[in-house]
Amino acid sequence: MRYSAFSIVRNALSGNLNWKPHWRQPQPKSHYDVIIIGGGGHGLSTAYYLAKEFGVKNVAVLEKGYLGSGNVGRNTTIVRSNYMLPGNEPFYEFSMKLWEGLEQDLNYNVMLSQRGVIMLYHSDAQRDAYVRRGNAMWMEGVAAELIEREQLKKMIPFLNYDHARYPILGGLLQRRAGTARHDAVAWGYARGADRHGVDIIEHCEVTGIRRENGRVTGVETTKGFIGCGKLALAAAGNSSRVGEMADLKLPLESHVLQAFVTEGLKPCIDHVIVYGGGHFYISQSDKGGLVFGAEIDGYASYAQRGNLATAEHVMEEGVAMIPGLSRVRVLRAWGGVMDMSMDGSPIIDRTSIDNLYLNCGWCYGGFKATPASGYCFAHLIAKNDTHPVAHALRLDRFARGYAVDEAGAGPQPNLH
Amino acid sequence: MASLITCPHCGVRPKEEFAIRGDASCVRPEPLDSDEAWHDYVYVRANPRGRAVEHWHHIAGCRRFLVVERDTATHEVYSVADAAEFARRAER
Repeated sequence: MRYSAFSIVRNALSGNLNWKPHWRQPQPKSHYDVIIIGGGGHGLSTAYYLAKEFGVKNVAVLEKGYLGSGNVGRNTTIVRSNYMLPGNEPFYEFSMKLWEGLEQDLNYNVMLSQRGVIMLYHSDAQRDAYVRRGNAMWMEGVAAELIEREQLKKMIPFLNYDHARYPILGGLLQRRAGTARHDAVAWGYARGADRHGVDIIEHCEVTGIRRENGRVTGVETTKGFIGCGKLALAAAGNSSRVGEMADLKLPLESHVLQAFVTEGLKPCIDHVIVYGGGHFYISQSDKGGLVFGAEIDGYASYAQRGNLATAEHVMEEGVAMIPGLSRVRVLRAWGGVMDMSMDGSPIIDRTSIDNLYLNCGWCYGGFKATPASGYCFAHLIAKNDTHPVAHALRLDRFARGYAVDEAGAGPQPNLH
Repeated sequence: MASLITCPHCGVRPKEEFAIRGDASCVRPEPLDSDEAWHDYVYVRANPRGRAVEHWHHIAGCRRFLVVERDTATHEVYSVADAAEFARRAER
């Protein structure tokens, strides 16, 4: 069923009893051309673009839980392309352009809101760094604006401009950036992939990867053996565990990141605001809740829950930037497992096994990359060749000495 | 929850006193070992789900490097040892 104003009227007149589920619940076939492990945003968008753009339609997505139960349903919904390094920026800008056309492409409302992302600076040195980043963005054709203090005060009056330790001197603004409804992105891609013939198989955990003569022949799952021509891993925080089944050793460490949402408020925060004194980011959802988060907890973890000390630190950062937040009540907090890579940048590449493909290392920035990640991964799987914007994101970059280290933190995953 | 760490020198201390360095199971290769051995040491991690050892630096306490053995899925802490003691036991 194609969604339109007409379909809303027609279904309203028939008592809304005839809406169909977004995707089928098929039983797995015995063999697929491509199996994708992981039914999160990246796995689903990979399946969608494989079927739609590259004509590979005999595809299955295997998800161990229910669809949207992982990081695609656990993030702070921010989409942006304000990166600095030449290996990253074209990739994220490609993603931003896909976001801008995504709703028409999917025929699904992902509630993309290009409200602008502003990153605050608190010192002259930080201003210099943001000028440099803005210029790097312009060099890749992406608009960035430096907003000085007086102008910023008119735009966002409620910030703590005169904080003793971190006074706010201005910010770097990307107007095209913003937020998207994270669940709708998962559902929209799932529906789109399903409409192109992809089988989405939920509650199907992969327990082993079967290999013969150095090639993958299929996967053992909780629903039995399923054969495949090519196997693609998009398992995010569990990439090391799935990779282990094929004896892959990956430059990853899994960490927990927390996020928070407050009670619903009337519209008060118009942008996505990122604090530069720490690493705190906040926006307001369409329901009115303030959605915010900060850094990872710091120790390796597979638990989808965080530490109270980190929660306290996050609140302190928020109140340092917006004192009014101290009166707002937090409703919920949750954690997600992040596949932290050794340089803070993702990996989309082939592996040492011919027909096994790898997509991982998204750290805590995977949501904004969902469209480009899927597109580039699908390109790689279908053509066995890296997409031009993902050239710098290959697995062997560490061995070659070409790490893409946006933070300049070195090979320590908990610092990215 | 890994919120409290029993430092062998300072006693029970909150997590915020520590800086976490990362995986303590990696063994530094000899200087003239192969590029591959060095690549694995610097970049590749086992990243286990379950029992794991990690270097924690007690920066707001004794400033010793410790090895914390804990579970990455349940956050249970099994043992904490001084890094020198850990290395002696592992005969590194």
